[in-house]
Amino acid sequence: MKKELTLFDKPKNVKILLICFYCALVVLVMAEFFIHPHPAFYFEQIKGFSAVYGFFSCVLLIFLAKLLRMVVMKKEDYYDR
Amino acid sequence: MTGNLMPPALIFIAGALLIPFLRGKPQGGYMLLIPVVSLLVLMNAPTGRIWTLDFWGYTLIMGRIDKLSLVFGYVFTIMAFLGILFALKVKDNLQHVSAVVYAGATLGVVFAGDFLTLYLFWEIMAVSSTFLILASRTDAARNAGFRYILVHLIGGLFLLAGIVLYIQETGTTAFDYIGLTGTVSWLIFIGIALNAAAIPLHAWLPDAYPMGTPTSTVFLSAFTTKSAVYMLIRTFPGTELLIWIGAFMVFVPIFYAVLENDIRRVLAYSLLNQIGFMLVGTGIGSQLALNGAVAHAFCHILYKGLLFMAAGSVLQMTGKIKCTEIGGLYKTMPLTCLFCMVGAASISAFPLFSGFVSKSMVVTATVEEHLVLVYLVLQFASAGVFHHAGIKVPFFTFFGHDSGIRAKDPSWNMVLAMGLAAFACIFIGVFPQPLYNLLPFTVEYIPYTGAHVVGQLQLLMFGALAFALLILSGYYPPEIKSINLDVDWTYRKLGTAAYRFLDSGLNTVNRRTEQGLMTVVKSGSAFFRQITVHLILFFSVNLWLVLGYRDKHLALKKQQLYNDVVQGTLPVGIGAAAAVSFVVLIYVLT
Repeated sequence: MKKELTLFDKPKNVKILLICFYCALVVLVMAEFFIHPHPAFYFEQIKGFSAVYGFFSCVLLIFLAKLLRMVVMKKEDYYDR
Repeated sequence: MTGNLMPPALIFIAGALLIPFLRGKPQGGYMLLIPVVSLLVLMNAPTGRIWTLDFWGYTLIMGRIDKLSLVFGYVFTIMAFLGILFALKVKDNLQHVSAVVYAGATLGVVFAGDFLTLYLFWEIMAVSSTFLILASRTDAARNAGFRYILVHLIGGLFLLAGIVLYIQETGTTAFDYIGLTGTVSWLIFIGIALNAAAIPLHAWLPDAYPMGTPTSTVFLSAFTTKSAVYMLIRTFPGTELLIWIGAFMVFVPIFYAVLENDIRRVLAYSLLNQIGFMLVGTGIGSQLALNGAVAHAFCHILYKGLLFMAAGSVLQMTGKIKCTEIGGLYKTMPLTCLFCMVGAASISAFPLFSGFVSKSMVVTATVEEHLVLVYLVLQFASAGVFHHAGIKVPFFTFFGHDSGIRAKDPSWNMVLAMGLAAFACIFIGVFPQPLYNLLPFTVEYIPYTGAHVVGQLQLLMFGALAFALLILSGYYPPEIKSINLDVDWTYRKLGTAAYRFLDSGLNTVNRRTEQGLMTVVKSGSAFFRQITVHLILFFSVNLWLVLGYRDKHLALKKQQLYNDVVQGTLPVGIGAAAAVSFVVLIYVLT
């Protein structure tokens, strides 16, 4: 049998991956100071607007989804009953 | 017929008829040849109206060839090729034939230059796609297929009513821009919007598509909705309502996608979200926006097909597709995992992947029109798409908790189909110009500017940060074996309840009426029988008295006669005698 990949099961690798990820975030925010901006709307002039918006979009998404789950979630056999 | 060869729709549909007569490798080769021939025909087709046919005084046009129909024709043909390649080893002629007919009917819709041709192919599309759902041959699939065809037949009736009135009003079967102006246009609009799965007419899609076989869902995901988007671009560009429907569609389904447990249902909801982007573009109606809608449809068909192929591979190899049952599959399915991540990056509009060069056109169009709210909704959804389709799908399937399943990558044809689709996604992302050249309008658009790339990456990566923090903190909603209610509840529960209500209500009325009527009839018949009995007894007793019967003897005779009359056991002779004597009596009296 072919050998399995276990790349992402080693905690060390996951840690490296996360560190790379956090570095990328920092680089992205820094990068905004070196590019020629062309903001779509006035609020986009704020540095890091996209970053903050992206972050809170996802937090809000999860928060609202959890609320929605209370209303719409049913057991798998709901329609068969 | 003019032009070269025959319309792609007929190449597919006529070609499908031969499939059941072939087996094994010749069958596979033959099926792959169909889209190739069709693509060659399209590439050589002259613009204008070709493949026309006179039919009862109407002109049927099967080849309205312009840039808009061609770009959709190309991508549908390419997707048909990939889908057939992916399903090459499936030993089920029902699936092969319906898939090829379905693809052909879609091309028929795209190139139809008049309403009659359009309607014909529209209905073929609905019927053939139903068989792709039924092909799973499970009870759940059968029920879902049944709901699917019912919904589509109703949509088809709206379209038909609209078409008939339109022809009567304008005197022509040809169509182009219609615009939302009156009842007729509304009927047509509803018919098309239902196929585009526009909210609130969308519930059939997440209901039915996840029920297909591992391979048939790939076809389903590509054709019906995008051919409807094409029709909307053709007939209702610049309709403001579409902006709002689109914004709503971009927004709402992502919540469901976050909650869903079945990977293919997650993908179905993200499909709705992506169509939302196309509808916003169609609704804005500027050249950039329409180009964006077309380009996004083109890219979307490929990466959504790729994602459904990856999900299909997982389902095929493990027999499972729910987040709660799979996980950790990257270890033994590395290629599927890799291709799935390419699809995920494309749908998330990562720079250098196809979604980036198309979605941004729609977003830029909202900026040009100063639609602040829509812009914010689209950006919110972009982060949300990355969240559920870009991260959740690969994470819960190939990483996450180790399910212990050790399934291998699927057969070579499935891997090749995914590989080709992944290549196309990256190629378009890196070299968007060939795609831009195909678009209906000439627009100078440069997706790769520093600000745009950095802005988009910030949006996505910080969305990913939120995902990582929520997963690590345990706040992320856990995967639960469950289903989530959607609009289809109205016809699945409310409809059933209404049916039960009518059943118990109307059937009670029915039963009561029957009971009442029966009582009247019964008592009436009993009344007349009693009269007869008493009349007969009266005459007989008098006769017997005359004949000299008395006391016990008379009582016995009376009892016997009574029993005979009530139970109908009178000797036939007596009845005859009574009748004869009655005649004699009348004769004597007159």
